Amino acid sequence: MAASAQPKQDLSNAPSVITLKAVNKWYGQFHVLSDINLDVKQGERIVICGPSGSGKSTLIRCINRLEEHQQGDITVHGVTLSNDVKNIEAIRREVGMVFQSFNLFPHLTILDNLTLAPIWVKKMPKKDAEEIAMSLLKRVRIPEQANKYPGQLSGGQQQRVAIARALAMRPKIMLFDEPTSALDPEMVKEVLDVMIELAREGMTMLCVTHEMGFARAVADRVIFMDRGEIVEQDEPEEFFAHPKNERTKTFLGQILHH
Amino acid sequence: MTDVMPAGERRQLAPPTVETGVFGWMRKNLFSSWGNGITTIVLIVVVAWILSNFLHWALFTATFDAKSGAECRGHGACWALIREKYRYIFFGSFPYEQHWRPLFAVIAMLAMLILSSDRRMWNKRLIAIWGIGSFITFLLMFGEISISISLILFMALAVGGLGMILRGSIAPPAELNGWRALAGIGAVGLVLRMVGVLPAWGLAIAPFSYVETGLWGGIPVTMILATYGLLFAFPFGILLALGRRSNLPLIKGLCVGFIELIRGVPLISLLIMASVMLPLFLPSGMNIDKFLRAQVAVILFAGAYIAEIIRGGLQSLPKGQFEAADAVGLNYVQKTTLIILPQALRVVIPPLINTFIGFFKDTSLVLIIGIFDFLNTANQALVDPNWAGFPGEVYLFAAFVYFCFCYSMSRYSKYLEIELNKGTRR
Ligand SMILES: Nc1ncnc2c1ncn2[C@@H]1O[C@H](COP(=O)(O)OP(=O)(O)O)[C@@H](O)[C@H]1O
Ligand SMILES: [Mg+2]
Repeated sequence: MAASAQPKQDLSNAPSVITLKAVNKWYGQFHVLSDINLDVKQGERIVICGPSGSGKSTLIRCINRLEEHQQGDITVHGVTLSNDVKNIEAIRREVGMVFQSFNLFPHLTILDNLTLAPIWVKKMPKKDAEEIAMSLLKRVRIPEQANKYPGQLSGGQQQRVAIARALAMRPKIMLFDEPTSALDPEMVKEVLDVMIELAREGMTMLCVTHEMGFARAVADRVIFMDRGEIVEQDEPEEFFAHPKNERTKTFLGQILHH
Repeated sequence: MTDVMPAGERRQLAPPTVETGVFGWMRKNLFSSWGNGITTIVLIVVVAWILSNFLHWALFTATFDAKSGAECRGHGACWALIREKYRYIFFGSFPYEQHWRPLFAVIAMLAMLILSSDRRMWNKRLIAIWGIGSFITFLLMFGEISISISLILFMALAVGGLGMILRGSIAPPAELNGWRALAGIGAVGLVLRMVGVLPAWGLAIAPFSYVETGLWGGIPVTMILATYGLLFAFPFGILLALGRRSNLPLIKGLCVGFIELIRGVPLISLLIMASVMLPLFLPSGMNIDKFLRAQVAVILFAGAYIAEIIRGGLQSLPKGQFEAADAVGLNYVQKTTLIILPQALRVVIPPLINTFIGFFKDTSLVLIIGIFDFLNTANQALVDPNWAGFPGEVYLFAAFVYFCFCYSMSRYSKYLEIELNKGTRR
């Protein structure tokens, strides 16, 4: 396989935008995240992979407080997560999220799905919000669907709308939780293309995915998780060519050879 | 065997002949087999027999004009009784020469209901319609309404406070300051009034003679109890349902306790408690109008039932909807009013309207505490010794009127289900 060997971008001087320090989380007795330390630079693109149930979703959902961690510190853009609703809301304004199952609001049109948060959370005038929404729909290549409802769109189109909905808040960071796993194979590419474009524009991204082609193309770093731990992390070329940990090798063997 | 059928043979495989027209439909649906045919015929005979007997009684031998019940005896239905008593049945003991007032009050309420049933009217105009319509309704019923300065101040506080809560997270600062000012004036005014700085000034609007609630009866009473009962029970039920799902143990406990308590007792006992026991808890001399007490009992009772229905709707929503609303940064109130409730309410429209229909009829239980709603005035019409012995006619008439109301509601529920699902259908 041919791959460019040099890093995709120099991040050594970039400031950190997400910092996790010794983060632990349990579901009852089950230790779902153990001692997670992670530092994400501005503009960095991270792909997280690992077997099902290893805690990948839980990890990124802790960053915007969809899940609550019990130990350690999570700091996003200088704001440290706590039970203070103001902190949580401040972080959610900066962090966009895309779910595996799209989670569009089915009772609202596509346009309203996109303008809702800017209007209500950012108090943006409706006209401005609609202008931004239309330009985002053009960017994800479905402006003609603006007045339809989510149920009338294909899976791939819905996921692109979901990306646009998150972008409508002008987030500084985007979280993706297996955005292509629920899609039929022929629709995966249209969603990945949008994500690659976003990565090229310099968005800070944390993406849980098993699309290794995507990881090779855009990731600055690939993180492998297993049983609630970060087992290994490296630049994609190194990560795929010379995995060091046995568990990583087994995992890569399973997903790359079938 | 050939792969391709010759063209000539293919033509014979026309679609099966469809039987059209009335006879085709009958043969297919009513006489498709011997057993089916016999059942059809027997049923037709039975229905025809019942119908002919009914028409014989209700129409062909009926008395439409009579001075008293005696003239009806020996004939069919005594519709003369309805003709004689219909004004009492419709309006109860409301002063006879003033019956136009409850009549117009009923028309005003029907107009409000019909206007609000159209989905295109679901906006701010609706608040104005209900404000003005309710004012007209109660002005007609009472004959006079006195507005005290305390009431005006209280309304200013309530409206201002509501504006601050509902518009708080979206309104431009200027508008928000308006709500704050309104609430502030109300609050300060109320305090000044209480310490006696402001006089007990009041404005009485009294175009007609005063009629106390004890004289109200019939259709307006049924409509007021049901309409305003459900109007207030609906938001109350929503709050109870949301409270029941709250993370705060105190709020959750209160809501669960209230719902289970109310659902555990019959409406009758709640009404009796409202009429007999409530006065025991009030300071002596303080008296709450009997009608108002019944109205409050209906609101509490209906609220608990509506809450449980709405909770079902809330539970039917996928978790992802809550998470997506959180993730885009909506706060609790925004998430609930913009994402969760619109979807949850859509799901529960049929059971909700079913409950509305039930409560429209259940208001008759207020008889227990001496209020005469429509069924009870109908009942009362039977007491007249001059017209004794024709309960069937009166109840049939009452049933017909109830049916008109309930059937319209049921049709409306169908319409609403289709209307709200437009476009969102998968
Ligand atoms: N709400 C929950 N309660 C209890 N266990 C949970 C809950 N959510 C997830 N888990 C468990 O935590 C583990 C990690 O879940 P998740 O982060 O979704 O894994 P991944 O996304 O890597 O597949 C799984 O074993 C899952 O069963
Ligand atoms: Mg997952």
